[in-house]
Amino acid sequence: MSENKIEVKDLNLWYNENHALKNITVDIRSNKVTALIGPSGCGKTTFIRTLNRMNDLIDNVKISGKVFLDGKNIYDPDVDVVSLRKRVGMVFQKPNPFPMTIYDNVAYGPKAHGIKNGLKEIVEKSLKSAALWDEVKDRLDKPALDLSGGQQQRLCIARTLAVKPEVILFDEPCSALDPISTAKVEELINELKKNYTIVIVTHNMQQAARVSDFTGFFLLGKLVEFGKTKDIFERPKERATEDYITGRFG
Amino acid sequence: MISAYVKDKIAKAIFWISGMTIILTLFAILGYVAVKGIGAMSLEFLLEIPRAAGREGGIFPAILGTLYLTAIALLFAAPIGVGAAIYLTEFTKEGRITNIIRLWVDTLNAVPSIVFGLFGFALFVFYLRDYTGGVSILSGGLTLGFMILPTVIRTSEVAIKTVPKSDKEGSYALGATKLYTVRKVILPSALPGIVTGLILGLGRAAGETAPIIFTAAVLNPILPTSIFDPTMALTTHLYTLTSEGISERNAFGTALVLIIMILILNYTARFLDNYLSRNLKR
Repeated sequence: MSENKIEVKDLNLWYNENHALKNITVDIRSNKVTALIGPSGCGKTTFIRTLNRMNDLIDNVKISGKVFLDGKNIYDPDVDVVSLRKRVGMVFQKPNPFPMTIYDNVAYGPKAHGIKNGLKEIVEKSLKSAALWDEVKDRLDKPALDLSGGQQQRLCIARTLAVKPEVILFDEPCSALDPISTAKVEELINELKKNYTIVIVTHNMQQAARVSDFTGFFLLGKLVEFGKTKDIFERPKERATEDYITGRFG
Repeated sequence: MISAYVKDKIAKAIFWISGMTIILTLFAILGYVAVKGIGAMSLEFLLEIPRAAGREGGIFPAILGTLYLTAIALLFAAPIGVGAAIYLTEFTKEGRITNIIRLWVDTLNAVPSIVFGLFGFALFVFYLRDYTGGVSILSGGLTLGFMILPTVIRTSEVAIKTVPKSDKEGSYALGATKLYTVRKVILPSALPGIVTGLILGLGRAAGETAPIIFTAAVLNPILPTSIFDPTMALTTHLYTLTSEGISERNAFGTALVLIIMILILNYTARFLDNYLSRNLKR
């Protein structure tokens, strides 16, 4: 396996006339956690949504440039979005479990891909990997919406793991969670990077510093600086990065 | 100068009068029909066929006919209406075509019911008579189906639009196809609203006279044996009883039965809405 799981080349994105991403070029390493930081509206969420083509769902979006996943451009016309999203999973800002039972939430993805046998094992394994199994094993048939916010978010992680992705995108996964739930999710991300390539968008710079190996700083649709998390936080090269990290704006 | 307090009081009184007017109107109509019609009510009235042109006997064939007609209307309008709503909301981008479809749906909704009757007469009774049996339950039911189609499409569309975007994105992010997302996430969440819309459409269909006068209804008291037979219906029976001055008592009796049927439909809608949304609370 090559070192880079994802290679982004000259990516531009427009919402109507609004140039939201400008010439983004970046490599995402395999089995590492890459954090994307930056002030609100800087394009980090838009960027992460280009990696599994979630922006396809929005009208009037225009994209140029290339995103290679294991060397294959995911914007090539012959790429099947469904199997792309199976390989590149996503966890959203607000926990969004389906209004179904806990079991059905986790089994949803595998079922959508036609898996009928061994669902029980998949559900159990996924919930265990998401560190939720012990809390829900006796009530798998209960509505997922009865869980607490933190549990719901871990359920959404379990749901994503159940389709066996290679990359997991986290879009500010802790912004709606309390500090204890946040700590649990961060611990989980640390655990998950052994088996998955992880990209996480976060508002929280401490979080980026805690969980990530690499960090990218976005500002006004541009990737201002990218490098090892340690370097970004201790020796930022760009003035804007330093200003943001030290809290001078943002 | 009137103080804010008094202004609020006056406003409250005006809105109270508006609210009370609705309740009073409903009670006046229901009460009047009930009082005038209750005399006709009996088991015989509900379960027997009319005799002497409706002066005596019951209205059983008309009750049955109305049920058959609305059932056909439902079987026709539900799949097409919900399908169109899914297409408009999920399978196409907002633009010229969706706007044109919506404009036409709204225009269809504004077409008077007698025009639907004429259309049904021309299409089903005349042109397609080899398939519909001419004047028949099928012809009348399909005509009613066309009439309630706009209601079904619009209410279903509203119901589908209330499904949270985050639920849909969650499904797509797991690599689910559009069809799978519609079946497993969108329709279950939208179902309470869709069912309510369908039943309210049914209530409208059950209460219409004009669309079935030329297409399905007959006056002779026969029990239909298939959907290719003509039938009596409550509204047309009521119309004949009144316009020919046959029996005021039985006319009000028929009206009472019709109103009760529609009330039952409306309450069923409400019950189903609550029942189907019990798992959707968040």
